[in-house]
Amino acid sequence: MPNLKFLRGKAACVGAATAGTGEAPGRNATELMAEAVHRALADAGIGLAEVDGLFAATAVHSMAAMSLAEHLGLRPKYSNGSNIGGSSFLAHALDAAMALEAGLIDVAVIAYGSNQRTAGGFRSVSEPMPFEAQYEPRNPITAYALAASRYMHQYGATRADLAAVAVAARGWAQLNPEAFMREPLTIGEVVSARPISDPLGKLDCCLVTDGGAAVVLTRPDRARDGSHKPVYLLGAAMAHHHRMISAMPDLTVTAAADSGPRAFAMAGYGPKDMDTVQLYDAFTINTILFLEDLGFCAKGEGKDFVRGGRIAPGGSLPVNTNGGGLSCVHPGMYGLFVMIEAIRQARGTCGKRQVDGARLCLAHGNGGVLSSQVTTIWGTEETL
Amino acid sequence: MSGYFDGPGPEAVFREHLAQGRFMIQRSASTGRHVFYPRVVAPGTGAADLEWVEASGEGTVYATTVTRRRPEQGGDYNVALIDLAEGPRMLSRVVGIDPGAVTIGMKVRARIQELNGAPAVVFEPV
Repeated sequence: MPNLKFLRGKAACVGAATAGTGEAPGRNATELMAEAVHRALADAGIGLAEVDGLFAATAVHSMAAMSLAEHLGLRPKYSNGSNIGGSSFLAHALDAAMALEAGLIDVAVIAYGSNQRTAGGFRSVSEPMPFEAQYEPRNPITAYALAASRYMHQYGATRADLAAVAVAARGWAQLNPEAFMREPLTIGEVVSARPISDPLGKLDCCLVTDGGAAVVLTRPDRARDGSHKPVYLLGAAMAHHHRMISAMPDLTVTAAADSGPRAFAMAGYGPKDMDTVQLYDAFTINTILFLEDLGFCAKGEGKDFVRGGRIAPGGSLPVNTNGGGLSCVHPGMYGLFVMIEAIRQARGTCGKRQVDGARLCLAHGNGGVLSSQVTTIWGTEETL
Repeated sequence: MSGYFDGPGPEAVFREHLAQGRFMIQRSASTGRHVFYPRVVAPGTGAADLEWVEASGEGTVYATTVTRRRPEQGGDYNVALIDLAEGPRMLSRVVGIDPGAVTIGMKVRARIQELNGAPAVVFEPV
């Protein structure tokens, strides 16, 4: 495995913000993205004019980085608008770290925005999948339902096991004032919710909300001068093995099994060292697959791992502490919110849901139909 | 003599076969490995040696879901991943059976029928 330690800790998050999470009537995707950038820069104490690296992707812009730069009046020296789905922003963090370390840029901003909820529901610039579209899969949910069906068949998981993921996420959401869904939730309610694509019901599926998000990254020397304690990018790695669900080699093993070990190797830490784990939970099956593929439990044991509140507040492993895409926010591409929750936990600013002494936080992004997987590991100064 | 890359591409060739009632897949001459969906070169090896062979039509359900849809819009329907006997996997529907009665491991056989205005390979229980 190549040694990527030269990049370890070379980018630090000094600002993070969300905007219009939940419902933001009357505001468009670009405006929500721009507002999040403004808030993240204010959080960092850095002026807009200092931003020379810009990274953005959305489901509705074909060239998001250019649209955002123009809206803000920025002239970036380096930008990246590549789109690998909801994990794009975690890949952008790796790219930003390279650009910072290479000296191409001094201040990187990564941003996202969506008004899908108030604009009438999920939509995307994605093309129809050839050799699949004719059969009318209702993607993304059909693909995740197929993965859930296979996992349940292969490992004897039940709908109640899947439901445990949603219930844990809701438990965390109840501690997060920013979360969209905060009413109590039971396993019975999840299992008996309206079926959408068997075996997944409505409450196995992520929310459809609005929301913008942004983070600001700089090199460590500058980060230490800021008003916040910097949170360092210790490890990052990406992998993808397919685009269409019919081309996924094994529906019970995601490319996180590739990205995870490389990210841990770069960080010099392992799963047992993580104080919080933030996973892209577009559907309940995601959390189970990613816990396994990232090494928190063995393959096939995720269904047991999530039982009994182990990943809920008070459990032994804090997972998706903002409430996740299932209960906090999911504006179409959720990855940047995953990363922000890891950063906020490492900062120690999470209020009632703060995990005591959180120093090492994993943020894992997923894109497409279990397609692109990007693992990042964030840590405080003492973890460097 | 025409070269490997001349003429219609693999998607057009596949659809032309389908229109004539044949379910054709590809096979790499060098590895013997079958390929679906239709590719320009063999995935993984990159070999420009794909040839068309008729699929046996035999398959096994690898994963399945019932897509819920209101009765007035046509009602629930099946979407499944089928492992072809030759190896490749494809997304399709199992028809001729209640969509919820399709089970993983079920043996199925391909047939060609119109679906959304074009011929498509669908599967029926054996």
